[in-house]
Amino acid sequence: MTSKAINLTLKVWRQNGRKDKGRFEEYKANNISTDMSFLEMLDVVNEELTLSGQDPIAFDSDCREGICGQCGCVVDGHPHGHEKGTTLCQLHMRHFEDGDTVVIEPFRARAFKVLKDLMIDRSAMDGIIQAGGFVSVNAGGAPDANAIPISQEIAEKAMDAAQCIGCGACVAACPNASAMLFTSAKISHLALLPQGKPEAARRALSMIREMDALGFGNCSNERECEAECPKEISIVNIARANREFLKAGFFSSVM
Amino acid sequence: MQLDAKIPSGPIQDKWDKHRFELKLVNPANKRKYDIIVVGTGLAGGAAAATLAELGYNVKNFCIQDSPRRAHSIAAQGGINAAKNYQNDGDSIWRLFYDTVKGGDFRAREANVYRLAQVSRNIIDQGVAQGIPFAREYGGQLANRSFGGAQVSRTFYARGQTGQQLLLGAYASLSRQIAAGKVKMYPRREMLDLVIVDGKARGIVTRNLVNGEIEKYAAHAVVMATGGYGNVFFLSTNAMNCNVNAAYRCYRKGAFFGNPCYTQIHPTCIPVHGDYQSKLTLMSESLRNDGRVWVPKNPGDKRAPGEIPDSERFYYLEEKYPSFGNLVPRDVASRNAKEQCDNGRGVGETGLAVYLDFRDAIERDGQDVIAKKYGNLFQMYEKITAQDPYQVPMMIYPAVHYTMGGLWVDYNLMTTVPGLFATGECNFSDHGANRLGASALMQGLADGYFVIPYTIGGYLAGESMTPVTTDHPAFQDSMGQVKERVGKLMSINGKRTVDDFHKALGHIMWEYCGMARNNDGLEKARGMIQELRAEFWENALVPGETENVNQSLEKAGRVADFLEFAEMMVIDARHRQESCGGHFNEAFQTEEGEALRDDENYCYVAAWEDRGPGEDPVLHKEPLEFEHVKLTQRSYK
Repeated sequence: MTSKAINLTLKVWRQNGRKDKGRFEEYKANNISTDMSFLEMLDVVNEELTLSGQDPIAFDSDCREGICGQCGCVVDGHPHGHEKGTTLCQLHMRHFEDGDTVVIEPFRARAFKVLKDLMIDRSAMDGIIQAGGFVSVNAGGAPDANAIPISQEIAEKAMDAAQCIGCGACVAACPNASAMLFTSAKISHLALLPQGKPEAARRALSMIREMDALGFGNCSNERECEAECPKEISIVNIARANREFLKAGFFSSVM
Repeated sequence: MQLDAKIPSGPIQDKWDKHRFELKLVNPANKRKYDIIVVGTGLAGGAAAATLAELGYNVKNFCIQDSPRRAHSIAAQGGINAAKNYQNDGDSIWRLFYDTVKGGDFRAREANVYRLAQVSRNIIDQGVAQGIPFAREYGGQLANRSFGGAQVSRTFYARGQTGQQLLLGAYASLSRQIAAGKVKMYPRREMLDLVIVDGKARGIVTRNLVNGEIEKYAAHAVVMATGGYGNVFFLSTNAMNCNVNAAYRCYRKGAFFGNPCYTQIHPTCIPVHGDYQSKLTLMSESLRNDGRVWVPKNPGDKRAPGEIPDSERFYYLEEKYPSFGNLVPRDVASRNAKEQCDNGRGVGETGLAVYLDFRDAIERDGQDVIAKKYGNLFQMYEKITAQDPYQVPMMIYPAVHYTMGGLWVDYNLMTTVPGLFATGECNFSDHGANRLGASALMQGLADGYFVIPYTIGGYLAGESMTPVTTDHPAFQDSMGQVKERVGKLMSINGKRTVDDFHKALGHIMWEYCGMARNNDGLEKARGMIQELRAEFWENALVPGETENVNQSLEKAGRVADFLEFAEMMVIDARHRQESCGGHFNEAFQTEEGEALRDDENYCYVAAWEDRGPGEDPVLHKEPLEFEHVKLTQRSYK
């Protein structure tokens, strides 16, 4: 770990609440260690803003290990920044050059609302899960865990889809602000497993309809979501969800 | 007040069954007449909220994050224990019980631990039924791996993201109940007070973190599931928002706090590298299955690891503990890493690190196999350190990870305040003085899915409840106090940031109340904490507005409580004149440097009662009796 210090100019979206129009403001981030994470760099800037009597930049973060999904902004046009397969909390300053100007703005979508600065309301994503992103099973009375064998290949595929962290980067990346990658990852994860099969048709219909109702756009195969997803969730999931959706439409009585 | 743990009588194997039968039931049609508040949406809170709603209760569920899916349980990596004995390697409920009591250095309550081991099996069944994609063998059966402190393979896992998958399982069940209208979800709320009416917990006061409004909610019972207090050290593996506020407010309202000095320092974290650092990152303990821990034999050896031949490497865990080797429990592994670094064998820029080396495992199994087991962990390590652990050994060092102490609860998980329950990491109950790996997930889910749904019914059915609404004067009083405190924080207008105070507190705690403690240091720390706290209320700088998003204000409230809570930790650590598990007082160690207990005088739970600001807390003792696991000096040799 050889660290050095760099100086940056930040252009940060500042918006004091939902009703404020918002604007970019410029700040200097000086003497930034390249071992810092992007959010630690913002922490340093916020300490300086606080000491100089200004309002610090509001941004969400929690685990800072890339798993909780709470952090995320658009950095130089990329949700979570330009490093592939990386959340903003895991993006380190060694990937920036001394003298860079960095533009930071919130994830933008019709279904997301800016609460303050870089902090957004993503509760619409919870709404999609509530429409069917579960197996309807109560606690207690489950059969022995090994009663139904599941091939390793299927379990691994389900896990590939299940590792979505629900950050919303796919929505921010999509020109239509569609949540199809997020929604399809959950539909796929559960449709692949025997436990999720009985409700697969109803789930696909209900979740996709809810996604539309909550103001997310349609998927038009732009593939930006897959390119920006910090967990590299594949658009194969979208194809799989579409199959489930069509099957549900043609063959089932749950329409 | 005499502490009554309410442990059911009879043989330990039958206690839980007998107790479930003896608990009064709430008639299904009457359940909808009861409101229950659950604070927190991690494994304990999410599971409890979902399950109570499935039973028919009306649940109000609160979390500080923007969604219930973000709770810090999500970051647990390695796995979850269950006494399934799928590997046919001699596991049983009894063995999991025994390992947990021994691993906890004989400071946990036997009856609780036995119940935990019993219901551990149901958790895995439940998880699979929810569609959790646990790792599988080629034949389609569930896979297991081994973990520290055990000689059997009983740990179930989903790559290195077990906590995430279990939490998303609980979140899915919770979402289903939200959709059904049985759970009302309140995200971005911080609990700032507990409301007590006629001696019973009847509600909470929260701050809405979006508009700053102080809100009040009433219920028939309150369940705390607010996690641990590791962030008192500033740097820990906890998430940024983890704090002690809610639990501490319950303590101030009469709930006793158990064993606050029991903190777990996890042996395998990425070392500290700068002042600006906001948190530490854990590298799952499961890595110790295949990684070998070593330091150079010669102190001060600055050669690159690859240039140090085997003969000049000191595989200190394997040499000192031949039967457990790299899989000794966490407290033992951490103390040994510190010892090597104290002796000048530490590696890396700061000398505060040891190697965790995968060279031999990669040679033996091939890179593909290792990548499949730990790929995401290796990737995370590389992102943070810019070093490739497939090529060079990882550098690791112990960091604060988990807190075994918490709100004192009886066998029903009820605190000393009637109607106030505590589950998961925020209670003190099952891990004694040291938690074994892969047991936190087990305890959180056991409490949430399989314990609290029964015991809360027993409480509600046995009490005559007067109707209470938020118009009750107790709510007004509480709101008044919360508003006054918020106002006070906003008006200090000092010159030092809240983070700066938090860092200063963290330094004190790590230095004097961390991996090794001594009486002089603890006394010194107490004075330093008092001084820092006094300065905080004179000189803290909290910018922004009260009625808006204000993260500085949130932090200020949390740090203010940490500054009080830290003193209680130090008092508890100073009072316990022995070493046990995560509490290591240098004056009490065996010749080999292991924790030396004093069972004659300290075989009890220390439960502290608040006596108001400026007064020392009062100690209450719950004696611990070991009928089934014989009290012995732990040995992992």
